[in-house]
Amino acid sequence: MTRQSVAKAHEKIQELSWEPAYHEPVSQYGTDYTFSKAKKKDPLKQVLRSYFPMEEEKDHRVYGAQDGAIRGNMFRQVQPRWMEWQKLFLSIIPLPEISAARAMPLLFRTVPNPELHNGQAIQMIDEVRHSTIQQNLKRLYMNNYIDPAGFNSSLRNFQNDYAGTIGRQFAEGFITGDAITAASVYLTIVAETAFTNTLFVAMPGEAAANGDYLLPTVFHSVQSDESRHISNGYATLLMALSDESNHQLLERDLRYAWWNNHCVVDAAIGTFIEYGTKDRRKDRESYAEMWRRWIYDDYYRSYLVPLEKYGLTIPHDLVEESWNRIWNKGYVHEVAQFFATGWIANYWRIDPMTDEDFEWFEHKYPGWYDKYGAWWENYNRLSVPNGHKPIAFEDVDYVYPHRCWTCMVPCLIRQDMVMDEVDGQWRTYCSEGCHWTDAVAFRDTYEGRQTPNMGKLTGAREWETLYHNWNFADIVKDMGYVRDDGETLVAQPHLDLDPKKMWTLDHLRRCPPFPSPNVSLNEMTDSERQAFHSDYVRQGPAGRPAPAE
Amino acid sequence: MTATQEPVPTQTERSVPKPVFTDAEAGAREFPDSNLRRFNYFIPRKRKQSHYEDVTVEVQPDPRHYLSQGWLYGFADGKGGYPLEWTVLKAWGSDRPEPKRYPGSGGQGYEWPAHGWHEFRDPNEEWEQSIYRNNSNVVRQLNQNVDAARQSKAFDQWNPNWVQFVAQHVGAWMHVDHGLGLYLFANANRRGPTNMHNTAISVNSMHRIRSAQDLALYNLTLSEEIAEFDGEAHLRTWQEDPAWQGVRGVAEQLTSTWDWAEALFAANVVFEPLVGELFRSNLVQQAAPGNGDFVTPTLIGAAEYDYAERDLRYTKALFQPLVADKEFAEHNTRTMQSWLEAWVPRCLAAARTLQPLWSQPDAKPPRFEDALDRAKSRFGGILAELGLRNPKELNQ
Repeated sequence: MTRQSVAKAHEKIQELSWEPAYHEPVSQYGTDYTFSKAKKKDPLKQVLRSYFPMEEEKDHRVYGAQDGAIRGNMFRQVQPRWMEWQKLFLSIIPLPEISAARAMPLLFRTVPNPELHNGQAIQMIDEVRHSTIQQNLKRLYMNNYIDPAGFNSSLRNFQNDYAGTIGRQFAEGFITGDAITAASVYLTIVAETAFTNTLFVAMPGEAAANGDYLLPTVFHSVQSDESRHISNGYATLLMALSDESNHQLLERDLRYAWWNNHCVVDAAIGTFIEYGTKDRRKDRESYAEMWRRWIYDDYYRSYLVPLEKYGLTIPHDLVEESWNRIWNKGYVHEVAQFFATGWIANYWRIDPMTDEDFEWFEHKYPGWYDKYGAWWENYNRLSVPNGHKPIAFEDVDYVYPHRCWTCMVPCLIRQDMVMDEVDGQWRTYCSEGCHWTDAVAFRDTYEGRQTPNMGKLTGAREWETLYHNWNFADIVKDMGYVRDDGETLVAQPHLDLDPKKMWTLDHLRRCPPFPSPNVSLNEMTDSERQAFHSDYVRQGPAGRPAPAE
Repeated sequence: MTATQEPVPTQTERSVPKPVFTDAEAGAREFPDSNLRRFNYFIPRKRKQSHYEDVTVEVQPDPRHYLSQGWLYGFADGKGGYPLEWTVLKAWGSDRPEPKRYPGSGGQGYEWPAHGWHEFRDPNEEWEQSIYRNNSNVVRQLNQNVDAARQSKAFDQWNPNWVQFVAQHVGAWMHVDHGLGLYLFANANRRGPTNMHNTAISVNSMHRIRSAQDLALYNLTLSEEIAEFDGEAHLRTWQEDPAWQGVRGVAEQLTSTWDWAEALFAANVVFEPLVGELFRSNLVQQAAPGNGDFVTPTLIGAAEYDYAERDLRYTKALFQPLVADKEFAEHNTRTMQSWLEAWVPRCLAAARTLQPLWSQPDAKPPRFEDALDRAKSRFGGILAELGLRNPKELNQ
């Protein structure tokens, strides 16, 4: 217990493990990967006598900053436009964090290397830290930000809203299915190594620009733990690579994990950064520029591509297509537009875009105004109730999209939509990648190989199905997104808190019933369905109806 | 001739975001919900919501109440999330099926909490601040104790037999802590039905893993400080010494237990009082002072405190309501009694195989039988608090 060198101390704790002689530890999770009992060093080299005080010191800094923010009246300077999106983000993120803690035991029996288990146990408690420190931040926002609605009902909303459901993949994907696919490839090798860069570094930077320095305080503290988790993933990856028979599965899992992370994380974080900010300096990085730096250069080129020398097939095509979707196909803009179209189903408020915003978007994404400008002008025009219906029910050249069965983000890049009958049900997918995930990857055989441990896509994956043909006032009441006067909606398409300008249940009662796209699709005849598909893929951009033929 | 005037360089303005007064602080306006500043999706245990509840309750969703679309990813058998059947114990409402979803079903589940598992609250109120405060305090204090002992040459006071005892037997216990910490408790943090269960269990796991490392690094220090100290003796003792094979067998059997609640119950309700405390409080703590050792008890005492004051505390709070459950009290009591019938003999046998240790130090601790009686008495008290009967096997 004295000040031995870290290496010596770490070497000593390797003596703790032993080979069972009487009973094997329980085996509760399966994998189709094979691992030989290879010696692999624990990359963390972390012992708890230094770990606990280090984290405590990090905590002191976080909580000191929180006290300072309250004393310094930080909330007089935060941008409501930004804070509103935090109602969504902070409803989602504590679950992925805690799910990462829960994921670690999936690796204990499947990766037969006790030395790595030490690092996994430390990651487990790191993740408990992250989940509760983020819940605590949300609690602070609820107590100190002008509008607590949506923060105060956060975890109920997260569990029953379509947006929360999209984000929930970034948690459930860690803890189910093939243990290596879930806890190693999806969680540590892709989600943590690639996408936490935009989540925990890029986004907090934008928070600071919007007057909120607590998000960076908390999330940079979190991110400083992530580097250790990345090492966990890398060590397991190298072990997997040493067995040739795993390469086919690694290739499958990298494709699934990459594409799902792109669909989910880029949708959410891209929207927060681009549409949640008031910082419109022309020289501040756009999400596309951040993505290029943090994910394309730092992850893809520096981490993923070098793995080719170990014989790993890298999904170059999917990385390039992700970029293509962000840069050329307007993925983030389409998602933000959808969130704003469906504001009535949200639990946060979405600020209309202004001329200054238009100018910035046009500067960063040339051609943006022609595609999206008119729609956002309509959004602004229809934001305060004045005898009209919410924008989703008004004629603004926007066709309500079908949902992707796999990633559950709607099929917004209309030309890429795939329609197929899978498991006896007609489904729509946002892309070939998502169609492949459902129809090919999440199956018990893969390219002729038995994969009995692969997970399953489950659940009522189309949110709209639950409310097929309901009136939106009843939907909102059913979900509990009504303020304490029993009438005013939590969600609003503007930031004005004057009760006379806020939408109520009465306003929604004037809307027509809301049919589920997927239920409707399955009620069509084959020829109707083909006609629907032909029309859908000619729609867009910006959700525009297909031009007349 | 006039000199050409050099243009004075104008200072370019740095591109930085500008502070803006937004007046977005609480209380700036009155409007619907403007004063509703508490999480409104769960019922607190006491009148007011605790900080601990705010950061743990409902983080792990449940399709029986709010999770309207159900779990989105499953294992190969289609089961996702945290199936209640991962233990045979039941809390009220456990047998109600998950609400069915279909076109137009709406998203309503059962009224919160939907079943009794959600009523569990960790009396230690563990979340990240408590985890790091408590464990940092322990490692700091232990470091200081060991440093002080080194500086005062305290290890020179140990008699030779005690040096060997610490090397072999105190050292062997690190394996118990490590094995259970990792393969029982950390493993169980994936298995419990709510976030409150799994968070408490993960903290328990870290107590054990930290304790294992405390002992390992203490062992390293002693190797450096005492010439005769054999830093590898613990390995041989754990693997070969017949006195330890009973403990090792039970420790391994605990980690092989499929049902997470049974594993937790067997470890914290049965094994720890009958074997853990027997070894720590009734052997090491009693023998060390007489053999000139005031340092080892501080390490062992830290582990003992973790168990007795924190881990046992949440364990009792976890099982007590199940014994008194309004729907499944009888089922749960019967199940726990059957666990006692299975685990008490195993743990007693393991305890008895340790008996030779009591005669090894020069300055003897109180007799083994007296120590075991104290352990049994303590165990009986825990069962009484839980509302369970002493199994007849305890008298063996």
